[in-house]
Amino acid sequence: MILTKEQEAMLAGEEGPAAAKLLELLVALGEVFGAERLVAVESAHIAGVSYKNLGEAGTEWLEEQADLGAKARIWATLNPAGMDMEKWLEMGVPRGFAEGQRRVISTFQRMGVEPTCTCTPYLVGHVPKLGSQIAWAESSAVCYSNSVLGARTNRESGPTTLASAVTGLASLYGYRLEENRRPGAVVDVEVGLETPLEFSALGYLTGRRLGTTVPYFRGLGDLSLESKKALGAACATKGGITLWHGEGVTPEAGLYEGLLDGLERFTVGSSDIEAEVERLTAPLDDPIIVLGCPHSSLGELEMIAGLVRGRDMEGRLWVFTSRSVYAEAKASGYVGGIEEAGGRVVRDTCMVVAPVIEMGWREVATNSFKAAHYMTNAGLKTRLGTVQELLTGEAQ
Amino acid sequence: MRLKGRKVVGGYAEGEALVSVDPVSFYGGVDPETGVVVEPGHAVEGECITGKVFVFPTGKGSTVGSYVIYRMKKLGTAPAALINAETEAIIATGCVISEVPLVDRVEGELFQVLRTGQWVRVDADDGFIDISDRPR
Repeated sequence: MILTKEQEAMLAGEEGPAAAKLLELLVALGEVFGAERLVAVESAHIAGVSYKNLGEAGTEWLEEQADLGAKARIWATLNPAGMDMEKWLEMGVPRGFAEGQRRVISTFQRMGVEPTCTCTPYLVGHVPKLGSQIAWAESSAVCYSNSVLGARTNRESGPTTLASAVTGLASLYGYRLEENRRPGAVVDVEVGLETPLEFSALGYLTGRRLGTTVPYFRGLGDLSLESKKALGAACATKGGITLWHGEGVTPEAGLYEGLLDGLERFTVGSSDIEAEVERLTAPLDDPIIVLGCPHSSLGELEMIAGLVRGRDMEGRLWVFTSRSVYAEAKASGYVGGIEEAGGRVVRDTCMVVAPVIEMGWREVATNSFKAAHYMTNAGLKTRLGTVQELLTGEAQ
Repeated sequence: MRLKGRKVVGGYAEGEALVSVDPVSFYGGVDPETGVVVEPGHAVEGECITGKVFVFPTGKGSTVGSYVIYRMKKLGTAPAALINAETEAIIATGCVISEVPLVDRVEGELFQVLRTGQWVRVDADDGFIDISDRPR
């Protein structure tokens, strides 16, 4: 890789030992992936925050970076933690876990990272511009920023996003380059999809069929922000899709309209969607309903509050969102409405990164394939349905 | 025998080779406390990688695996060096943050030439490995 004089100086330690070590990481990975140079990035979104995943090892590494003087020089936000940072005790999170998690968050704050604790930074003001280079982790957020916003990032990891936050740089390879953003397959959707559950099913089956190939969807219709976030999250969960294009939906799709001949192609009908739902659906006695994967938007919280009005959801409903959207929802009365019906609204964390086995969960129902996928891997039984079906028992 | 390879993470180390034909996930696949490979059915299940030159095709699994390598370094259970056929981000990240030498793309048919138990010197800085039959 060719480095500039300034980058060589940083690597030699002129901007401190933390920046030097973290730049060494970016350069090593750049060599592995055949990057020719580094590129400046505008913002970072850092994953690897839950103490459940970091454990002592990851936590100690983060503390070492902070002790060495690591400081974010670009805007950096944080992925969900393993618990609501205020209401962890009533979540049933063990005390030792909570202590570890608090160390992690305060270490990130010491390094100048904003503790947004959400997988949807784009819902709390972190919205990169079309064509901008960014360094984001969290596969669902990567998919959203690459596809819906047209920003450019690879699927980064916890250490590389911290390295980019501290150095302001990333290695130039993969989805940062125009030539790697071309679609490799066409997916013709021949059924009118409406709910986030259906778009989540489409994403999951597309990821299963395509692995890491960039899909070009046709026939998505006029889908909501919530459906776009559900589609990308599921695409990235099964397989490893990092970028998708949607005809008439995403900003870069128009570039490729005339370049689709000869690509792999498959169609998706209503029976495919139903079969996909069956894959992660088992007969359950008394599941906990878990919503907010990715984190709920204000609109979703409004909908949930409306659906549970007058119902008894005591102990059976958990809704996850960011602390920022929570504050808006609280002011609008949605949090109060959900709590009045016996549901819980939890911030900063989600069903994928919280210690749910220790919390006693065994059976869950959700509208998210990403959530169902990870909870199945964790040994839980899952069922999928639309928000309306799950909360009211009635089809939409 | 001296073979050329690609330096990914610099440094020098030597040790007994442990050769796995299967890819390795450090997260869940290796116990950081003992250094033993614990993935059921894995080619080197039950073997200890501590102090060895651990040779495997590539990494797999969760990105948290990078931190497991770091944890092993802190606990003193880490391998001396890693050699991959073609490395990937999880292994490379783990080696950088733990200062474990890492070489990949070694010339020739490494998995036929190199056998478990042979002695390997890894000079990652200069991008080569030396294989001999017993410790010098």
